[in-house]
Amino acid sequence: MIDRAGFMRASAGFGAGLILAFELPGCAKDADTARNVKEFVPNAWVRIAPDGTVTVVLSKSEMGQGVVMGLATIVAEELDAAIEHVRTEFAPAEPVYGDPGFGGDMVTGGSTSVSHSWSTLRKAGATARAMLVAAAAQQWKVDATSCTTRQSVIYHATSQRQASYGSVAEAAAGVPVPQSVPLKTTAQFSLIGKPRQRTDVPPKVNGTCQYGIDVRVPGMVYAAIARSPVFGGRVKHYDARNAKKISGVLQTVEVSNGVAVVAKNTWAAFQGRDALEIVWNEGQNATVSTDSLFAEAEHLARGRIGERLAASRGNPEAVSGTVIDAMYRGPFLAHATMEPMNATADVRDGRCTVWAPTQVQLRARALASKASGLPPEQCTIHTTFLGGGFGRRLEADYVQEAVEVSKAIGGPVKVMWSREDDTQHDFYRPMSVNTVRGVVAGGAIVALTHQVVSPSWLRRWFPAGMKNGVDVLDVLEVIDAPYAIPNFRATYIDHEHGIPVGSWRAPDANWNGFVTESFMDELAHAARADPLAFRLAHMEKSPRAAAVLRLAAEKAGWGQNQAGVAQGLAVTAWAGSFGAMVVDVSIEKKLPKVHRVVSAVDCGTVINPDIVVQQAQGATNFGLSAALTGKITLSKGRVEQSNFYDYTVLRLADAPAIEVHVVPSNETPTGIGEICTPPIAPAVGNALFALTGKRVRTLPFSDALV
Amino acid sequence: MISITVNGTRHDLEVPPDMPLLWVIRDELGMTGTKFGCGVAQCGCCTVHVDGKATRSCVMPVSAASGKQIHTIESLSNDNSHPIQRAWVAEQVPQCGYCQSGQIMAAAALLKRVAGEPSDAEISNAMTNICRCGTYDRIRSAIHRAARQA
Ligand code: FES
Ligand code: FES
Repeated sequence: MIDRAGFMRASAGFGAGLILAFELPGCAKDADTARNVKEFVPNAWVRIAPDGTVTVVLSKSEMGQGVVMGLATIVAEELDAAIEHVRTEFAPAEPVYGDPGFGGDMVTGGSTSVSHSWSTLRKAGATARAMLVAAAAQQWKVDATSCTTRQSVIYHATSQRQASYGSVAEAAAGVPVPQSVPLKTTAQFSLIGKPRQRTDVPPKVNGTCQYGIDVRVPGMVYAAIARSPVFGGRVKHYDARNAKKISGVLQTVEVSNGVAVVAKNTWAAFQGRDALEIVWNEGQNATVSTDSLFAEAEHLARGRIGERLAASRGNPEAVSGTVIDAMYRGPFLAHATMEPMNATADVRDGRCTVWAPTQVQLRARALASKASGLPPEQCTIHTTFLGGGFGRRLEADYVQEAVEVSKAIGGPVKVMWSREDDTQHDFYRPMSVNTVRGVVAGGAIVALTHQVVSPSWLRRWFPAGMKNGVDVLDVLEVIDAPYAIPNFRATYIDHEHGIPVGSWRAPDANWNGFVTESFMDELAHAARADPLAFRLAHMEKSPRAAAVLRLAAEKAGWGQNQAGVAQGLAVTAWAGSFGAMVVDVSIEKKLPKVHRVVSAVDCGTVINPDIVVQQAQGATNFGLSAALTGKITLSKGRVEQSNFYDYTVLRLADAPAIEVHVVPSNETPTGIGEICTPPIAPAVGNALFALTGKRVRTLPFSDALV
Repeated sequence: MISITVNGTRHDLEVPPDMPLLWVIRDELGMTGTKFGCGVAQCGCCTVHVDGKATRSCVMPVSAASGKQIHTIESLSNDNSHPIQRAWVAEQVPQCGYCQSGQIMAAAALLKRVAGEPSDAEISNAMTNICRCGTYDRIRSAIHRAARQA
């Protein structure tokens, strides 16, 4: 629990949060609620105003996954607050909001927003409730334990008295903070587990929700940056004469990663940027291509160069049976969040203020500090809503840029990325080459080896995630696949190269899951077994994974496919959760056509069942989009794709009907934002095999079926 | 000087004639409900109605919009009461929400165009906007719902 000193430090940031509300148009509602009133602030997470308004402070960013509703529900549950009186605001970049699960960093990622906040927010709500009750009990001169609470009201039954939370808020501020508070049992939950409409939906159907791109501060100008087309390149020299002829262009400034054109509006900034003539020092990546990188990766794989052991049991070489060897190849992928990268910065008078759609507030602040030359305490980060994250906004490169430009021009500026910028300057889902060998005997897998060759992004992003040279995420869905195999070895080769890579929805699992679950199918066919029965026979030690697989198969009617349509299935575990799906696939226009997805998920205790379904559906489509046509390729060190016409994504006409079944559970809540991304591609690939007899081991499917 | 009429209000603006309507609406008029996603008529985030027709404003020069009736997401209703908005809330369509202004404007134009409830094929043909959060299933359901309630 946060101590008082901690929350006082944090509350310096609360004031700053309100300034945002005043400065932005369309936030009139927020401005109204930003009253100049004394609020009861029991801890950093919740405040209660005399009018009964409960403010929940969110240390997690809203990128579509539903934290605004989900986290507010957790606090309201233990607080016994009337949920209609609960509002939320995004936390400032302050260590008090750091996530212990990420070593104290502020991170929205890894499907951990609920699981990492669960006990902290329950305690925060319960503590606030206990202090409100204590304040009322003192006034009534009764024992606090004889009081009850419901819907933001405290009751004392024997004396028939009641008091609203708002009416005792001021008094509660004088009550000592209790050291420990009882939490509700599952049976006592009245909000958790019930479907409830998201409070962030109304502003998202009328255009008032404020994303990073929507920030407008008085006096603000706009900028676009020309970045080196080759990764790691630097400006040698440039000519801005033509850029300055564009109507609306104000000035150009060189920044660390290129040249910025500052203008009166976004359009002029884009036009001016395109008119710059820049000679680049392209650096060492100038000859890199995806072909050369895959050749390099296969060379490392075959020679087992730099191979590190990730896990091992028994002796895979000592057993005999039917041997299956395969190599799988996964492409780079862009995130393509719907809202391109952007940030607004104002560096003036010894202060640096940033408005950004970010998943990493403290990292954004550290980069703002570095770029502005001001100490972190003088840098403020306002988190806006995010038009998608998917891991891209775990990087704060675009914040640093905006601060550099603002510092150079001495005023507020919004740096806007075009879709082309966004596609060509991403931190990509790493390419990967996986070599697998399985031995089947007596209808079962007796040995399995799995070698992953992939560049580590954790090495840069979270070095503690490297254990003995193994990137712990890069071997997920390999070492933790839900199958008991007596002789097993997993190895990893960090294919270091100069192309920026990063986290991408269900990082690493999104690819390894394809390999593991496709190869399970290969082994099932080698054993002449039904893929469902074959998997279940190896899942005795993973009852929750087996349960979701059985449920999906049962709901989908596994084995009862119609003519011309094949079924495929897959199951994966991620972030403590389990997901399985059965897909119905045919072929249309040389692409798999997915008609229906029937999935089952187990994410422990469910906070809001409809958000679970939304995330399962969205994660499925995200994975499907990449599997069908997603591919970033390089030539001469440059990304060859630029916009949605050559980096194509799933649209409504090709989106399947997605049925989601949620396993009831009282286990601790676990992640739901990503669990359905890994299984979709292998399920489709397995269905394609059933349909055509052809095994696809290189994605996307669009390359395989031509 | 170019004059355009947005949501019934006329604006006289000093902007280059080739400036896309999208940036005029967003940066010059300060109406940020209409979004930017690609700039090349691919994603539909920037969809507005021009004389009642769904139009991708990122590729429409402001000069071509002059003299026409332009409507943005802000014009649908003051209180989320438009049948499409009600259906979007009932089906809980938005996730990140960024694409939804465009989706809603495309859906509103579709419902104006077809009599009665559109078929699934009509919805697939008309709704070509991208949603990276993958809310497609619910967009489809919400259009059916709105058509039935309208
Ligand atoms: S921004 Fe206009 S269609 Fe994408
Ligand atoms: S809701 Fe996020 S892009 Fe559609």
